Amino acid sequence: MTLLAVTLQLLEGFKITCMLFALTLVFSIPLGLVITFGSMSKFLPLKWLSKTFVWIIRGTPLMLQVMIVFYLPGLAFDLPALPRFTAVLVAFVINYAAYFSEIYRGGIESIPKGQYEAGQVLGLTKSQIFFKIVLFQVIKRIVAPMSNEIITLVKDTSIARVIALGELIMAAQNIVSAKALIWPLFYTGVFYLAFCGILTIIFGWVEKKLDYYKG
Amino acid sequence: MAILEVRNIRKNFGNVEVLKGIDLTLEKGEVVVIIGSSGSGKTTFLRCLNFLETPQEGTIAVDGKTIFDAQAAGAYSDNQIRKNRLHFGLVFQQFNLFPQYNVLKNITLAAQLHLKDEIKAMKKEKAPHFEISEYKKAQLEKIEQEAIDLLAKVGLSDKIKAYPFQLSGGQQQRVAIARALALKPDILCFDEPTSALDPELTGEVLRVIRGLKSSDRTMIVVTHEMEFAKSVADRVVFMADGVIVEQGPPSQVFDNPMNPKTKAFLSTPTL
Repeated sequence: MTLLAVTLQLLEGFKITCMLFALTLVFSIPLGLVITFGSMSKFLPLKWLSKTFVWIIRGTPLMLQVMIVFYLPGLAFDLPALPRFTAVLVAFVINYAAYFSEIYRGGIESIPKGQYEAGQVLGLTKSQIFFKIVLFQVIKRIVAPMSNEIITLVKDTSIARVIALGELIMAAQNIVSAKALIWPLFYTGVFYLAFCGILTIIFGWVEKKLDYYKG
Repeated sequence: MAILEVRNIRKNFGNVEVLKGIDLTLEKGEVVVIIGSSGSGKTTFLRCLNFLETPQEGTIAVDGKTIFDAQAAGAYSDNQIRKNRLHFGLVFQQFNLFPQYNVLKNITLAAQLHLKDEIKAMKKEKAPHFEISEYKKAQLEKIEQEAIDLLAKVGLSDKIKAYPFQLSGGQQQRVAIARALALKPDILCFDEPTSALDPELTGEVLRVIRGLKSSDRTMIVVTHEMEFAKSVADRVVFMADGVIVEQGPPSQVFDNPMNPKTKAFLSTPTL
């Protein structure tokens, strides 16, 4: 097989990888904020529920979570299995939302109390204080840990292979078994590297944009 | 009539009684300086006035109207508290400017957000559309012009576009003063406004505060700057262990203190 033919075939898998990556972010970024509000809540049952949730999700392998979402509804409740892509997406969104929520929490808690109090004495509402004063400062502080997590997500998409979703690694393995060629598998590394390279450039640009102020 | 009447304010943090019944009355245009050692309750008192702490007992009245009564503390809605606290302005020891906004925006932000709320209410009452947009435009211009005037007053006209991190501590504190003044509080409170500053920067801030003294601006200043207290205060209040021990004109409190605690405090050599 020529390099071009292999590349074209791998691109099919890479498309799935990219979709999984993008959709996971779209859903987990806001869901993470909801979990953050839960784990920072003064209402204790909600707080402990959120904390337990985060503990379970962070305390078990993502690969296991993917398998549970895919197989458990059928095995335990006799429900029809979710489509592979949906099952992987659900597991990824939940997993990443839990990690993001902790990053957000760290960011929000790092904002000095004085910022809230300054907003309060100026007669602002709680939501004005959060959205007009705190949120932007939080974003600046979490860009670095978020980019770390998001770059990890690029490579974690390969975990979808475990339930035979046709992402990049799976596409390469198909070639390996059909054509008895091993190099396409190694060649996938180039795709991941390029993807992460682009993300690194984007995050660098965002950091620079937010660098107009300090504090 | 007194602009501010505080009666029997008590505040505990757990078992620690920080304020043990504070009574204080201020006339309009009066400058009261509160002195006392750390832990005497000065800052907590200012925070109670600004609704950052809720006292367990006592009442606060502004212009004859009771705006806080501890017995009804639970009944105040967030909106009421927000409205009531606008009688007061507070300048913090640590400035607490908003780092992501430039100097002008720091000063105008709150007024702009209040205007937004006001406009929302107008829309609810179905005011004519063109009337609303005319009003909004005029108000926004007014807010900005007032901010520019305030910056001139604190001597920072050339820093209008600067961000807080580009300013010295003294400049930041002057912006914070302008920010507090922008909402035209009846009573402006200063919580140790120069304690976070290098000695060479305290002068510029104290000069600005002194310049604010006028017949209709009422101020409460908590400070450790005794010379400043002497020169700016109409009345000096000495606090110790959560109570007001002694008060009177500066000449009396500084030169002729009656209470042994006041004597001891004032005779402590400053390093």
